[in-house]
Amino acid sequence: MQDFETKEVTTDLLIIGGGMAATGAGVEAAYWAKKNGQKVVLVDKAALDRSGAVAMGLSAINQYVGENSPIDYLSYVQQDLMGLCRQDLVMDIARHVNGSVHMFEGFGLPIWKDPDGKYVHEGRWQLMINGESYKLILAEATKNAIATLGDDGEIVERVYVHELLLDKNDKNRVAGAIGLSVREPFDFYVFKAKAVLVAAGGAVHVFRPRSTGEGLGRAWYPPWNSGSSSALMQEAGAEMTSQEVIFIPARYKDGYGPVGAWFLLFKATATTASGVNYMGEGLAEGGELHNWLPYGAVKPIPTCLRNHLMMQRVYMEGDGPILMHTDKAIAKIVSEAPDEKAKKKKLKELEAEAWEDFLDMTISQAMLWASKNIYPEQGPSEIIPSEPYFIGSHSGASGAWCSGPEDLQDDSSKSEYFWGYNRMSTVKGLFAAGDGVGDSSHKFSSGSFTEGRIAAKAAIKYCVENADLPEVDQAKIDELKAKTYAPMKLYEDTKDYAVGDPHKGYTYSEEINPNWIDPKMLMFRIQKIMDEYAAGWGSQYTCSATTLNIALNLLKYAREDLDKVAARDIHELMRYWENTHRLLMAEAHVRHKLFREETRWPGYYYRADFKKMDEDNWGKVFANSKYNAETNEWEMIKRPNIRFVKIEKVVGM
Amino acid sequence: MPSFVITDKCDGCKGQDRTACLYICPNDLMALDKETMKAYNQEPSMCWECYNCVKICPQQAVDIRGYADFMPLGASVVPLRGTEDIMWTVKFRDGSIKRFKFPIRTTPEGSAPPDGGFGFGSATLDDQLLATEPASLRVDKLWTLGN
Repeated sequence: MQDFETKEVTTDLLIIGGGMAATGAGVEAAYWAKKNGQKVVLVDKAALDRSGAVAMGLSAINQYVGENSPIDYLSYVQQDLMGLCRQDLVMDIARHVNGSVHMFEGFGLPIWKDPDGKYVHEGRWQLMINGESYKLILAEATKNAIATLGDDGEIVERVYVHELLLDKNDKNRVAGAIGLSVREPFDFYVFKAKAVLVAAGGAVHVFRPRSTGEGLGRAWYPPWNSGSSSALMQEAGAEMTSQEVIFIPARYKDGYGPVGAWFLLFKATATTASGVNYMGEGLAEGGELHNWLPYGAVKPIPTCLRNHLMMQRVYMEGDGPILMHTDKAIAKIVSEAPDEKAKKKKLKELEAEAWEDFLDMTISQAMLWASKNIYPEQGPSEIIPSEPYFIGSHSGASGAWCSGPEDLQDDSSKSEYFWGYNRMSTVKGLFAAGDGVGDSSHKFSSGSFTEGRIAAKAAIKYCVENADLPEVDQAKIDELKAKTYAPMKLYEDTKDYAVGDPHKGYTYSEEINPNWIDPKMLMFRIQKIMDEYAAGWGSQYTCSATTLNIALNLLKYAREDLDKVAARDIHELMRYWENTHRLLMAEAHVRHKLFREETRWPGYYYRADFKKMDEDNWGKVFANSKYNAETNEWEMIKRPNIRFVKIEKVVGM
Repeated sequence: MPSFVITDKCDGCKGQDRTACLYICPNDLMALDKETMKAYNQEPSMCWECYNCVKICPQQAVDIRGYADFMPLGASVVPLRGTEDIMWTVKFRDGSIKRFKFPIRTTPEGSAPPDGGFGFGSATLDDQLLATEPASLRVDKLWTLGN
């Protein structure tokens, strides 16, 4: 095996990630670092221009508060998450997010405008954009910002950070991170930093996706999001929150094309196969939603409950598939045009808008419609609930338990939610943003960028006020380096057991080596466990204490087998480390699900042994956890859900 | 498949400082065979079909064949990305073709200003304002509880 050189990078602030939150962090950190003589390094596992969840582009900005108040936005988020969100965090993003969107426009992002020059809204909070280059434009602003730091700013691409470093003298203080480069000369990276900001995305492929052949990669969220935000912080001992909250988007079947524009902009309706308006029926007096009060009877219907109604119809009553009536929506809009000529023009306009919606962000969906000769003006299309995802944004909530802003608190919340630096986790100097922060839902692209800005400013303040560099234990680094490349060493040591000529060992099939399995099989093992025992789509999103305990046992075996996973090259080595992150995410998720003895988010998952929502016992608390990597022990914790802002009226979409 | 390389067109970007598709793929899928100097997708089943390799290729040597497990064959979606807009050609299985053109940015490439054009304000490390606020908010002051 080749000898990997160690490259050491010392900085004040280390930003891990390259997506929306990380680019926001980079832009903001550069300003404060320059003003205060601090150094900033951003490390991305891909190329900043096209990394993260918006790599392909996006057709809408889903959080723009406009002239509504942050409390209006909070009312919508709290309702959508069935009462569980950190009010301070949600209001904090909401009060800053307009500024981010205005900056995007200044960077060069085309935002749709009406003839009066006002933004075109998809819904109350959503703006339509021409977003093919959304990520690239933000990356450019970040690069230009970091460049102003000269030698005190650096962007390191193609290095996958797989573990954080802790201070030798204070195990609750971050000291940096290690990573592996997937580009020649394949250096081993040691980052030493005063503060670390984790913005490394959510998790995909922990649960078995619906397509498992070539289409494995066509997940709704990108397949390179392997749970690094959560895993890095959980492994470092940070308190994590709401790891039981997965997100299940209902999207166009197989391609996962967006439905927001169809529902909100084009006002399309969805029905069951037999034509039942399942949402209207659920909301009507005596309907299913009244079993989920108070959230079920208030509009907008929470995302999980919309899924729930869909799942009931499809799985319990066999009245599937669910159909989005694109044809009827288009016909209705066109019919409102005054004459034939105007009708033709309107149809052409709608057609371009509808296809751009896909081409900007889910190109496969356009290919899928074309390959099935689907013309949206001619007939409906299937939508379906997806596999579960871990995401701190949208209607997910998993991530780190972080300090909020000092001013958006009352006395009781301040003692629970504020510990000195905004978005700092319970580990000193360890900050998070985007999918890394829990209970701060519905931040989407613009809110994630905004949360990155918030966290970066606080992190630089931390660096200024905590000027001494933490100490890194060299022996620990040597140990971690050996551990990093161990899967490649295993392969080198044992590869001759297979495919020898003359036949040397056991078999002529290279993958079937008795000494190891490959990283992809580890991922498939995790996916099968999670799908069948932890409420994936294959178990109709249902689990119980019995099945969750089976999952825990199987995940324990998977962890014990980690030193028998081999990597044939650096690319596979990255996959190995990604899958160790997926494994930790899976373990945390199952423990949280087991801990929360109720069904709070029907349509995300069901506890068959606790079928109802238990507002008295579980509506007032967040489920949190701490992992001790040295002893492999977990601690489950309840933290109070303090609703210090009273919501008078829920403001809709 | 999903992305594949048309080897007649691919030259491995040998005249340039880096191989474009390797550089851009967010999932580290594109690799270069150094003997033939042709790029290839080393792990097709982890491809998101984000088209970034297709869009960036200077030789238009990368294309996409839809996922075998759910896409009937015969359709294609081909982008042509310029500095201000992108052209799409969508070919249906039944042979019909649609073309679309959308803007991609309003500023010259490379010029995105870190302050978004708002300038940096008077924020300090001890207050709640971010660097470009309050100007970028287009209001006089930042919202807090009680107002």
